[in-house]
Amino acid sequence: MARLEPANVEIAHEIISRYPRPKSALIPLLHLAQEQDGWVSDEAMVHIAELVGCTPAEVIGTCSFYEMFKREPVGRYLVNVCTNIACQLLGAEDLLHHAERTLGVRAGTTTPDGLFTVEDVECIAACTEAPCLTVNYRYFYKVGPSDFDAIIADLRAGRRPTRCAAEPGEDGEIPAHGTLHRVRQSIPGDRRAGNADPDTAGEPAWLGAGGAS
Amino acid sequence: MSDIETPVTVRITVDGQPVDARPGELVIDAAERAGVYIPRFCYHPRMKPVGMCRMCLVEIDAGRGAALQPSCMIPVSPDMTVVTDSERTRKAQEGVLEFLLINHPLDCPVCDKGGECPLQDQTVAYGPGESRFVEEKRHYEKPIPISGLVQLDRERCILCDRCTRFAKDVAGDPLIHFQGRGSSTEVNTFPDEPFSSYFSGNTVQICPVGALTASSYRFRARPWDLEETSSTCRTCSVGCSVTVQSSRNEVLRQNGVDNDAVNWGWLCDRGRFDMESGRSDVRLTDPLVGGTTARWSDALGAAVAAIRATIEAHGPSSVALLGGARLTNEAAYAWARLAKGVIGTDDVDCQLGDGLPADLVLGLPRATIADACTPKGTIVLVGPDVKEELPVLYLRLRHAVVEDGATLVELGHGRTGLSRYAARTSYAHPGGDLVERARLVAKDLDESGPITVVFGRTSLAEDPAVLAEVAAIFLAKGARFLPALRRGNVFGALDAGLAPGLLPGRRLLDDAGPATAVWGSTPAAIGRDATAILTAAAAGEVKVLLLVGADPVADGPDRALAETALERATVIAVDTFLTESGTRADVVLPAAGPSEVDGTVTNLEGRVQRVNRKVTPPGTARPDWMIAVELADRLGVEFPQDPDALLAELGAVADGYADVASALDRNPDGVLVTGACPLPATPTARRAPAPSGSTLRLVLTDSLYDAATQTAQSPSLAPLAPGTVARLNPADASALRVEAGTVVSLASARGAVDLPVVVDDGVPAGAVAVAANQPDCQVNRLLDATWPVTDVRLEVRR
Repeated sequence: MARLEPANVEIAHEIISRYPRPKSALIPLLHLAQEQDGWVSDEAMVHIAELVGCTPAEVIGTCSFYEMFKREPVGRYLVNVCTNIACQLLGAEDLLHHAERTLGVRAGTTTPDGLFTVEDVECIAACTEAPCLTVNYRYFYKVGPSDFDAIIADLRAGRRPTRCAAEPGEDGEIPAHGTLHRVRQSIPGDRRAGNADPDTAGEPAWLGAGGAS
Repeated sequence: MSDIETPVTVRITVDGQPVDARPGELVIDAAERAGVYIPRFCYHPRMKPVGMCRMCLVEIDAGRGAALQPSCMIPVSPDMTVVTDSERTRKAQEGVLEFLLINHPLDCPVCDKGGECPLQDQTVAYGPGESRFVEEKRHYEKPIPISGLVQLDRERCILCDRCTRFAKDVAGDPLIHFQGRGSSTEVNTFPDEPFSSYFSGNTVQICPVGALTASSYRFRARPWDLEETSSTCRTCSVGCSVTVQSSRNEVLRQNGVDNDAVNWGWLCDRGRFDMESGRSDVRLTDPLVGGTTARWSDALGAAVAAIRATIEAHGPSSVALLGGARLTNEAAYAWARLAKGVIGTDDVDCQLGDGLPADLVLGLPRATIADACTPKGTIVLVGPDVKEELPVLYLRLRHAVVEDGATLVELGHGRTGLSRYAARTSYAHPGGDLVERARLVAKDLDESGPITVVFGRTSLAEDPAVLAEVAAIFLAKGARFLPALRRGNVFGALDAGLAPGLLPGRRLLDDAGPATAVWGSTPAAIGRDATAILTAAAAGEVKVLLLVGADPVADGPDRALAETALERATVIAVDTFLTESGTRADVVLPAAGPSEVDGTVTNLEGRVQRVNRKVTPPGTARPDWMIAVELADRLGVEFPQDPDALLAELGAVADGYADVASALDRNPDGVLVTGACPLPATPTARRAPAPSGSTLRLVLTDSLYDAATQTAQSPSLAPLAPGTVARLNPADASALRVEAGTVVSLASARGAVDLPVVVDDGVPAGAVAVAANQPDCQVNRLLDATWPVTDVRLEVRR
């Protein structure tokens, strides 16, 4: 719940070095903070501001624009139930109510054990599989109340939930909220092509004469 | 851009009328110059356009057919046709206003902006008249303070991006930002990090709705109850153009006016809000003699008796005058003539030992702000922290560097507000290698463009003679100088002759010119400067000390010296408040404050501008010029009897001020007074002793909010004084085993003060930086004005 840990500061410096301007690293660094804590705390935003040399107000300006950066703690599993029209017609509201009832929380809040946060969301682009939900942005299709209970039971038991429609190549693992990847991209300095200085680089061709004035 | 620089014009058509626009000019500006006002909220002529509000949509045809386009984003092009009054434009404007008003509360009757609100006015002029929106509006907690000075009402905000653009692009303090998205977008600060910009008040002025209001003005008046007059801010020597607004004889608000040569419409918060001090109920309202209220005739009589008796017994140089840098030019001239022409003393100084030698300031070739800000030019900063002392000059210099490709080189004793914009910084150890560093910097200067030196005291704890050597180095490079002295009208006072060896019109005493004829006589010998005057008073040589708006005890660099001097001499103080020095005075004469007198002032460029009276002074307080005229009268010399006549007489004795009054009528933005006195020979600075290992060298800095009377007496500003800390280089902090927050004692041979430590890598090693004149600490106890540098010993308080 705090500033970036020393190991993450190392990673942050590598991320910042990928960009010609440090402030361009804001979004990857916000992801890094969210990966560390599961959410983006004020302290983390202050730390990011120090790392990229801008004000915390600028960091929160970027952070608050994106729904997927959580500025308050969320559960280990973020359950997003779609209530948009296709899902709604096929029972999404019943599903959301079922989720609220069985988890004992209102949409938008977290179970006392810190495991589940339920949210209702707008269309998540799986209308053909309605009603659908995501857990930490992993899809579950054609979810009925009993499917929901099974997913929750699996997650509580530390099992990989039986996916209604697992994507090819996925193993069904659902890591904690905020986790970005199993293998972090790392481009050591000697392998990078180097950053062009945007102040001295020439004008892009598409901005040149004949383009928009 | 003036027409001379860009003779080529672009012919466009606005509402059927041919208009000659400037190349690159925005349609909204070209139309406005041609008399067609296009409504707008987000567009501001001193900021880059963003096209946020869509209010300025008009039909523009640039050859591909007419389309609604935001006129603040489109530069003119040849044969462009603009239609601002078509049915389509009208429908667009109605639609934009209807949308803007969806979430805007209709609380105009209780809104401070009501009556002067662009949203209100443009809704009447261009709006649909009726809304179709019947749903509940968005609600927020309101108002929330985003700083001690500014309150934010997010419900009223129309997200025009003016305040946030100002904070980021103009002030360089992006402490407010858009947050959230879509219909829940709001302007706000980071939690618990206030909008503590020195320029926050400008956002209130440019807010096109009542979303940002100033704590000092909220609910104090309705715009239609205000009377206003144009004037010039006298808080520092930049001389920003302002409009002073009052109701029922109280100044309630001061707003910036766009003066192209000076402030571009901006003000700093100190200049904007320190008018609050004018309505303080501890203003001096009646004369005091021996600490008790007296009638004016008795107080003036006592003052004159003391002066006359002293002159007769000990000669004119037993009378000395300190101050005058806060007066109008007319008053400064009247006091200069009183001291030098009537009393006959040259022991006169408008600076308190914290400025620069007068003949150096007036002898160096002067630059204007515009000269300093020439695109692609070079600015050399040798002086105080401009952001702290001359904030609007900071805005102009910052703009020159960030937007216009000027190069900033900084020489000094540590990081300042401008350092982050400097291409090169060179921090010298105080009393050390400033001159050598200046040589190195000068060697590498780009001489293809103009070089301007912003020139002032780098530290109040260091002998200014070293700066004369620095000036000579840059003078040899063909540089011009923008002197950075801080007191309001110090340049007007210098031009009026309120300095030793000087006569009005930047003339030296031995080249008296017309002053001798008008005055009858001028002092026989060059007098003493402030430090020497106070030393002489402490030694009993100066018997009568006139303090004209000066407080050498609190505001001077050497408190102990000033205290002794004021104890021994008979002190006659003229001021708006009873200052620390005033409480030690034998006669105190209450003076009118900044918005209570008519006259002119001269800024750091030498630009003369008018100040105008808006309210009457409290009680029996009189304008400073009138007090000088009265004293002269009682000493048997008749002076001109009003500011206009005094200005005319100043014009008669000072070449640059001849015809200034009529020139001001033609140029409301001010009249530059040029001319220089002969440059003095460069003195050799006293060698500072080599730093010893066990002491730190003191760097005395200034901060915008301090214990200066007008700031301390303004309820909005007084709490903003940061207090005093001892800023140490990390290397020194670890060597001395102190950390941030440790309370240490700084002791010089003169005195000691206790301060908490702040570790700051912007302070050079071996130095300790301390802000002067803060309300909680008398740092000037440490200084002896005759020392070339001040060394202090640091001890940890247990």
